[in-house]
This record gives sequence, structure tokens and C-alpha cells, in this order.
Amino acid sequence: MGEVFVITSGKGGVGKTTTTANIGTALAMLGYRVVLVDADIGLRNLDVVMGLENRIVYDLVDVAHGRCRLRQALIRDRRFETLYLLPAAQTKDKNAINPEQMKALCEEIKKECDYLLVDCPAGIEQGFRNAVAGADRAIVVTTPEVAAVRDADRIIGLLEASEIRNPLLIINRIRPKMVRTGDMLDVDDVIEHLAIELLGIVPDDESIIVSTNKGEPAVLNPHSKAGEAYRNISRRITGEDVPLMNLENGEGFMDRVRRLLGLRTS
Amino acid sequence: MLELLQRIFRRDSYKTSKDVAHERLRLVLMHDRLDLSPKVLDELRTDLMNVIKEYMVIDEKSMEINLEKDQNCVALVANIPVIRMKRLPNS
Repeated sequence: MGEVFVITSGKGGVGKTTTTANIGTALAMLGYRVVLVDADIGLRNLDVVMGLENRIVYDLVDVAHGRCRLRQALIRDRRFETLYLLPAAQTKDKNAINPEQMKALCEEIKKECDYLLVDCPAGIEQGFRNAVAGADRAIVVTTPEVAAVRDADRIIGLLEASEIRNPLLIINRIRPKMVRTGDMLDVDDVIEHLAIELLGIVPDDESIIVSTNKGEPAVLNPHSKAGEAYRNISRRITGEDVPLMNLENGEGFMDRVRRLLGLRTS
Repeated sequence: MLELLQRIFRRDSYKTSKDVAHERLRLVLMHDRLDLSPKVLDELRTDLMNVIKEYMVIDEKSMEINLEKDQNCVALVANIPVIRMKRLPNS
């Protein structure tokens, strides 16, 4: 019996879909059977990030309404044979699926995989309720910004109300240089506010854009810092004890001068 | 540039943008989390009353409990009329 994780954030654009794609791919690289579900009905994204957009025949809503069997809708990844995607429907009908159907679907899928990752849409409405309906655990993604942390806090409250206990936190898009100069909230600040368990930190990384352009998750690129961070996160999910990544890339010349002159407090 | 100079010359008093973000978040989250449901507020009232009743007789009906917020702080304001003090065994 697999475990269902919902990846959520409240705020849009903080990296839920990228996170889902990368953790899923990294878990499959470790040999686990993984199914990714795109729960963002109407705004299909995860297929593009995974590079599987050309292979969609059926979608989540088709399965929920019995228009096809689950196996027909699941798209197998070209790179890993234990990795599958269930794409979102493109329908405009907000009520195309309800939480009970979603829950039943998750129950069915998790019988045959180790990890089921649900990519939750932004917001706190119907789409959120659907996405969390079948989840055992939640991963909250945020960035070190006031608005994103605030929305994450709301989401943590709503997860509690949905009886999903002990959500895990990923802080995405950290810029070590800005943290050092005091222009970005650091990891400890965010944890202090949200008070939940930290699953991992991911540096802001241009290679993510390149990998999204190509439809190849960054975890496949051995040189990507963000990819490395997501590989670490995936190993933590499987229960391995992996230390947090060191985001310092060595300091630049000016940083060193400033430090020697005592102009930096950190 | 001005910011850089400020940073260099008034390091102790200068607030970085991170400090500002931290403080704004603290206030925003406090206000957001204040959205207590009537049920929770009611439970708080009952618990408070039970503690106070150990020490004094109070007018339960006219007791008022509210969370008051303003720009920079939040206060739990309780107005609890005391009818009389209880005689405590060790006083």
C-alpha cells in the first residue's frame, strides 16, 4: 500500500508543480513505483513539466467518471518505467470532480504504487479540497517571501482542519547571496513563523527554467543545484537521514573583502 | 547606493529588508491566526471562568471576552465583574 502526498502552497507560482515533478522523478530513480496526479483541473501543467504532453489520451476526470479504466489514463514515463502520470482534465467545469471521487481514485491508485503525489492547484477552494481529499500527508511549498509564507500558514491551518497532521515544509527559491546581505528571509525565519517540520530547502536555480523548457525534471541533471536538493528531499521522504544542503557556493571576492573589513554581521 | 552607505555606517540601527519582512510577517500571521471561531472563543471563556471561579465569585452573565487588534499589537481583553472574593484556605 502506497502513501499519498499532496503538494500544496496556497499561493501560486512558488513551485508546486516543479516540486511534484522533481520529487516524483527522483523517487522513481530510487526504484520506487510512483504515480503523479495533476489535480489542477482546467489548468493542465504537470504533463508539460514532465515532458509527457504529447501522450495524453484520457485524464483524471475521464477516470473519475468511468469513461476509461485507470490503466488507460496513466501515462508511463519514457525514462523510468516505474513512473506514471495521471494528467488533469482541460474542462472548464469546476465541479467536474468532487472530493469523494478523488478520494476513491487515490485509494485505487495507492494499492499499486509506493508513492502517489498529488499536485494541488493554487487557492483554497474546490480544487484544494479535491486535492487533499485522498491525501495521507502534505508537503507545503513556500518561498522566502511575506506573501508566500502567509499563504502557507493559511494552508497549514486548513490542512489541520482536514485532519492531515504534521505537514512537511519545503522552502524553495532561496538565494544564498541575498540571505547573506540581509535581503531575504532565511530558513530559520520561515520555520519560526510556520512552526512545522522542514523537509528540505531548494536554492533558486536557473537550471530549473532550462529543465522546464526541455520537459526534463532537474533531478536528471547531475549539475543542477536544485536537482540535487530535490534528490535529497526524495531520500528523506523514503526515511533516509540526509543532511540539509549547504547553499553557500563559496563567497565571492567582494564578500571576502567585506567580511575582512567587518562590514557584515553574518 | 544610499542604502549601502547606511548599511556601512549605521550597521547597528539599520534594518535590513529581511528584518522588515520578518516583522511584517509576525504581525500579519498574528492577525490571520486571530480569526478564532466562536467555538474556540467559547471554550476559552469557559476555561477562563473555571480558573477564576476558584478564587472569586464572578458575574458569569456579564462577563465579556474579546480580542482587540490595532496596528501593532493584539490584546485579549476580558471584562469580568467580581461579586466577591472567596476566602482562600491559606490566606
